[in-house]
Amino acid sequence: MLLVLSTLAACSPAEPPRPETLAPQKFSPEGNVLRKSNGAEPQTLDPHKAEGVPAANILRDIYEGLTIEAPNGDLLPGVAESWTIDESGTEYTFQLRTNAKWSNGEPLTAADFVYSFRRALNPATLSRYANILYPIKNAAAVNRGELGLDSLGVKALSPHQLKINLEASTPYFLSLLNHAMAYPVHQATAEQHRDQFTRPNNNVSNGAYKISDWLVQSHISVERNTRYWDNHDTRIDKVVYLAIENPDAVLKRYRANELDMTQEVPSRQLGWIMQNIPDEYVVSPYLGAYYYGINTLRAPFKAKPQLRLALAMSIDRQILTQKLTGGGELAAYSFVPPVTGYEPQTPYWANWSQEERNAEARRLYAASGYGPESPLEVEVLYNTSQGHKQLAIAVASMWKQNLGVRTTLRNQEWKVYLQTRANKTETEIYRSGWIGDYNDAYGFLQLLISTNPQNDSGYANTEFDHLLERAAKEIDMSQRAIYMQQAEALMLQDMPVIPIYYYVSKHLIKPWVKGFTPNIMDHVYSKDLWIDTPAADAG
Amino acid sequence: MLRFTVKRFFGAIPTLLVLMVLAFTLIRVAPGGPFDSEKQLSAEIQERLNAAYHLDEPLWQQFIRYLGNLLQGDFGPSFAYADYTVSELIATGFPVSLKLGSLAMLLAIIAGVAIGTMAALKQNTRTDYVVMTAAMTGVSVPTFVIAPLLVLVFAVTLQWFPAGGLGDWRNLVLPVIALALPQIAYIARLTRGSMIEVLRSDYIRTARAQGLTQIEILFHHALKPAILPVVSYLGPATAAIITGSVVVEQIFGVPGLGRFFVQGALNRDYTLVMGIVVFYGVLIICFNFFVDIAYRWLDPRVKL
Repeated sequence: MLLVLSTLAACSPAEPPRPETLAPQKFSPEGNVLRKSNGAEPQTLDPHKAEGVPAANILRDIYEGLTIEAPNGDLLPGVAESWTIDESGTEYTFQLRTNAKWSNGEPLTAADFVYSFRRALNPATLSRYANILYPIKNAAAVNRGELGLDSLGVKALSPHQLKINLEASTPYFLSLLNHAMAYPVHQATAEQHRDQFTRPNNNVSNGAYKISDWLVQSHISVERNTRYWDNHDTRIDKVVYLAIENPDAVLKRYRANELDMTQEVPSRQLGWIMQNIPDEYVVSPYLGAYYYGINTLRAPFKAKPQLRLALAMSIDRQILTQKLTGGGELAAYSFVPPVTGYEPQTPYWANWSQEERNAEARRLYAASGYGPESPLEVEVLYNTSQGHKQLAIAVASMWKQNLGVRTTLRNQEWKVYLQTRANKTETEIYRSGWIGDYNDAYGFLQLLISTNPQNDSGYANTEFDHLLERAAKEIDMSQRAIYMQQAEALMLQDMPVIPIYYYVSKHLIKPWVKGFTPNIMDHVYSKDLWIDTPAADAG
Repeated sequence: MLRFTVKRFFGAIPTLLVLMVLAFTLIRVAPGGPFDSEKQLSAEIQERLNAAYHLDEPLWQQFIRYLGNLLQGDFGPSFAYADYTVSELIATGFPVSLKLGSLAMLLAIIAGVAIGTMAALKQNTRTDYVVMTAAMTGVSVPTFVIAPLLVLVFAVTLQWFPAGGLGDWRNLVLPVIALALPQIAYIARLTRGSMIEVLRSDYIRTARAQGLTQIEILFHHALKPAILPVVSYLGPATAAIITGSVVVEQIFGVPGLGRFFVQGALNRDYTLVMGIVVFYGVLIICFNFFVDIAYRWLDPRVKL
């Protein structure tokens, strides 16, 4: 083997090793360019059709909604420079910046937003995220094709004044406005180039950057948009998003100095990272929960909340998060992760010691009719991945040890797993996770409303549904939170989902990349970052 | 010659049809669809999407529609990359794969024939054993083991070459080597075997008796007949390099057709997967045809 290799090395002229690249570098080899791994190739860069984190990351750089976020996640004025909300909480009037422009120099006006909201909700657009805009007056009806586009509650009062009417007061509405679905698209370009208006040569956008290069499955580059209203404060000239799905490959390319920042970190390599580059590993809480869903429509869990509780209590989350996931994940006892303006509810046993939980679990297990002679046999379904497998093995052994449960593990490829889960006819327990689309508890709790197609556990509790319905209509923020807390407390007694841990966002960041501030949504605006160059360092 | 060409052309049509029916059925049999995602769609949106992509029609009708479009050179829109058509994706991916594949093929032939000849000349010596053991290893060790090893040694530790992606020639070195290695090994073994046989034949002995030097014998008399098995292996080698590229492009993040194919299958991008299958099917059929012609040129005894 060695001989073949050396023969080959002779065939391909190799440059001699450059020893200086072996030493830790202080400055980027690429100058004022940020090279970032971005997970899978985005399916589209049409903000009204896109879904998934990779597309959202890029769109955040090239478009700007009425609001944006500060590096720490706080809401800031975006295209809207200010706004007023009437006392019913359903009418928003936005004052747009007069210096907001498209990347081709045309002024950005309220009419552009009217067009864009209508486009996002137009049934012909085939948007997959349309329901996120349903708080807007008549949005659901328009999206279903029951009402014309002009009945949508978005109106231009003047070129720089926009009025949005809502169905009901929606406290998180302003934070929806920095979601891709609420970005403006340039009407003339979108209509002329249709599906291809997202291409570098065609696209006109209004963010701090504009798309400059796109090679599918390789990279997407964006360059400084000199017509952006706040261009003066943008420091990085160019951002290259590389499409790499495999986290191990990401780490290799990061170590080879081909990446300045990674979107994720391979959990299997955490040990190596902690030992060798601990200063470059940045971890922070993320708005997401990892949980085991239980199919409440089938045996053995149908109408057996005590049995579900027994399984939930027997899981030692400290061991899972400290010994297994090891990336700083937080043990979870509630379904809703810590979000703004909401005190997550925890079940009554959350403060007990694991021994106490185990004892109570054994009691509930026996009360459900199971025991050493007639053990529970259960199947755990997960999508194929080493991490999910290890966690499932650990959980199964905890159940086995404490209760004597016989668990079989079943893995399926992603799309197969999604279908099995949604069918609700084969699943017993399934691994799942949810990342919030906006910083609010409602986004998590609504997953368990009986009519939600997303509700794979089949959980149906009329009181829970009723409480969330009241929360959705409530204007008073603290009262709204109380309704949601009551709903979550109720749900935790029924235990249709077993919370396991809250996600954390993990990045590797080279020392020359500055300005990164973790936030719970893991939203990073490249315009807020900068790269240390030798000149800046000397100055 | 003309008859041969016409015969081959008409012979290729049923092959392609069978290939397409198989690929079309297999990808549809796979559970899950292009629009399944963690965020489930409402029934209305799902219906609208299905209608827009004709997924609501019976399968045979979709196949006929696909064939009809294909005859007009239209591979259809990509399901997973909504901003691109399949033709565009093939047009961007193929040149990349072609460059990678032909470089790997070239390297495999040159290095394989050279190593094989060397082993044949030094038959049953230490050199022979070492080279052939190495070749055996090269055939047996799968690419998904070799490729990450190459990255670790030459990209991460030594930093001679990039670990992946597309850029200048330096980005190509590691993927080309990873792709060529098994073929080098196989070609070396083929060459050695046939070279030993040729070197033992009567006319070589005659040439030696006439006092020709080893070099003259090798290049003027032995090489051409000895590489015949290598030439007939070129067809399968192309197929092997294409399938190898599926793994290698994925590992090195090279945006070629192999990577599109893997991602297409995972995304249930029906049209993209079909497009690449049809495209590569036609390509391999053509290549086998050219190999047959080359064979006739090298060996006049072969009748087409």
